[in-house]
Amino acid sequence: MSIFVDKNTRLLVQGITGREGMFHTRQCIEYGTKVVAGVTPGKGGQKMDDVPVFNTVKNAVAETGADCGMIFVPPPFAADAIMEAVDAGLRLIVAITEGIPVLDMMRVKNYMQGKPVRLIGPNCPGIITPGECKVGIMPGPTHKPGGPIGVVSRSGTLTYEVVHQLTREGIGQTTCLGIGGDPVNGTNFIDCLEAFEKDPATAGIVMVGEIGGSAEEDAAAFITEHVTKPVVGFIAGLTAPPGRRMGHAGAIISGKSGTAQSKIDVMKASGIHVCEDLGTFGKLCAEVFGN
Amino acid sequence: MKIHEYQAKELFKKFGVPVPEGGVAFSTSEAKGVAQKLGSFPVVVKAQIHAGGRGKGGGVKLAKSMEDVGGFADQIIGMTLVTHQTGPEGRLVKKVLVEQGLNIAKELYLSIIPDRSTAQIVVMVSEAGGMDIEEVAEKTPEKIIKVTINPLQGIQAYHCREAAFGLNLPAAAVKPFNAMLNSLYRLFVAYDCSLLEINPLVLTADDAVMALDAKVNFDDNALFRHKDLLEYRDLDEEDPLEIEASKFNLNYINLDGNIGNMVNGAGLAMATMDIIKLAGAKPANFLDVGGGASAEMVENGFRIILSDKNVKGILINIFGGILRCDVLAQGVVEAAKKTGISVPVVVRMEGTNVGEGRRILAESGLNLTTAVDLKDAAQKVAGIVN
Repeated sequence: MSIFVDKNTRLLVQGITGREGMFHTRQCIEYGTKVVAGVTPGKGGQKMDDVPVFNTVKNAVAETGADCGMIFVPPPFAADAIMEAVDAGLRLIVAITEGIPVLDMMRVKNYMQGKPVRLIGPNCPGIITPGECKVGIMPGPTHKPGGPIGVVSRSGTLTYEVVHQLTREGIGQTTCLGIGGDPVNGTNFIDCLEAFEKDPATAGIVMVGEIGGSAEEDAAAFITEHVTKPVVGFIAGLTAPPGRRMGHAGAIISGKSGTAQSKIDVMKASGIHVCEDLGTFGKLCAEVFGN
Repeated sequence: MKIHEYQAKELFKKFGVPVPEGGVAFSTSEAKGVAQKLGSFPVVVKAQIHAGGRGKGGGVKLAKSMEDVGGFADQIIGMTLVTHQTGPEGRLVKKVLVEQGLNIAKELYLSIIPDRSTAQIVVMVSEAGGMDIEEVAEKTPEKIIKVTINPLQGIQAYHCREAAFGLNLPAAAVKPFNAMLNSLYRLFVAYDCSLLEINPLVLTADDAVMALDAKVNFDDNALFRHKDLLEYRDLDEEDPLEIEASKFNLNYINLDGNIGNMVNGAGLAMATMDIIKLAGAKPANFLDVGGGASAEMVENGFRIILSDKNVKGILINIFGGILRCDVLAQGVVEAAKKTGISVPVVVRMEGTNVGEGRRILAESGLNLTTAVDLKDAAQKVAGIVN
């Protein structure tokens, strides 16, 4: 079992003929993902390798039965691309694009309210159910199929690091996903925690956060109330100075809120096993999850 | 992106938001010229830097005569202004805003911010103007009124009324206030602001409302559609190394430690800084070379890290996914040969083609130490300075 994507996922790629889109689509296909369609306005009727390309998401869905979308569209057009995917009836949308304006994402988020669709990202590495389906830009071989650990993170390469350490300890993963480094995103920690808690194949959860906002605090409160499975956590940015945007648009300490220490304190208080030395993350997981 | 108060007030004027009469001056004679035009005293002379707390630091003065204006302008232009937001090193003041003095009846607070957790735009107002709003929020949260606006709906008249009545404005000031808030919201959305703050917003003795201060920040991700804002960028307010880094699409922030570091990905870069500290050294920077770093980017990263004279060692931490380790290793070797490394470098690589990458580094003949994992890397790099 897994959450959100599995071997039956039928993927559509928006921006499939761009440099990034093409490269990562090929990587996903190589990993075993069923890529059934691509969309690039004006290039309908062409093919990217064996994947048919359509002018609109609506056409692509009608022709191929795609249920999941991956977006590589550049920032100025990304909000439009997400809303097009929503209106075409996709069940899951994974937005990889980095640098979408905050106000655009706020409009998208409000537009999606109440609609039966999940957005992961933007500015995220995507989602992978090891051995079954990869919808994103993460390195496939770093992951170990078969579970039993679910991984959710706000970051990209830091997630790979954490997964690498799990794999090195012989601990496999059910599903790993990055929810993105932007201030306004679709799926949050709580959505993923809830799904992992319900997934019978997931025995434990890894949660990787960073400075800025209050997503980790909200997640910690949810864990206290609703999560019975063990959780190992990590927060990046203990040494980050206040008021500076640390790469991710969402990673900024403002005033006294959003610091790493305050997040770590709240997470510990809610029973999360917080790792403070990333060098020993895998070992701590081995201890907590007991193989 | 941040801009100066005088620039924010230019934008306010464009949107019909009332601001005091005044003008910017880069010298004492210019300051006197502005005062001359204003035609009456008192006038206020305000230091223009990208940091708050200017009044407390001695950067805002009330001038009652032309002599005062000259004296204060002399004093402020060229001073190093230290406020709680500049850090102990302070900021060199190069210009002042000279403005008419007002007959103030009451100081209020107004700000507009995007609320990331709810995806709503929030207008915050308070009768406790002129004070540190974070302190007000902590000690007397009931004095802050929040009006949330759905960005799909936009600002409505009732939003403005909620704020106006929350501020207990006199009847005559309600209409002008509502018009002002409406304009500020339009400005906020039109220019993709990440913060718009007026502290204080003043109510004058004749029931007019006016923005006495103005702070506006913009969403960097949206600057592509606001080319007209780029002329407001003030490079004097930015770190020269960070300006240099931004030319090469490198995400660099200068810090006060002694271990430079180069990492792919923002989260991993922060975590790498943390582990350097944990090992007993101090990070000298944040540097994210991104997922698709080229040999050229690595080379420029090296150069920028090394131009910080406090750097005694460098840690390179790359998790190769899309960026293959052999490509990175080749980049590091070329960069090191071109730049000439003056300090020890520890390289930690993991991921795609890591074996080939390590071989390239080992056979390069360069003074590079390879680390087997993150813990090993942190200890090795901390060993350089301890």
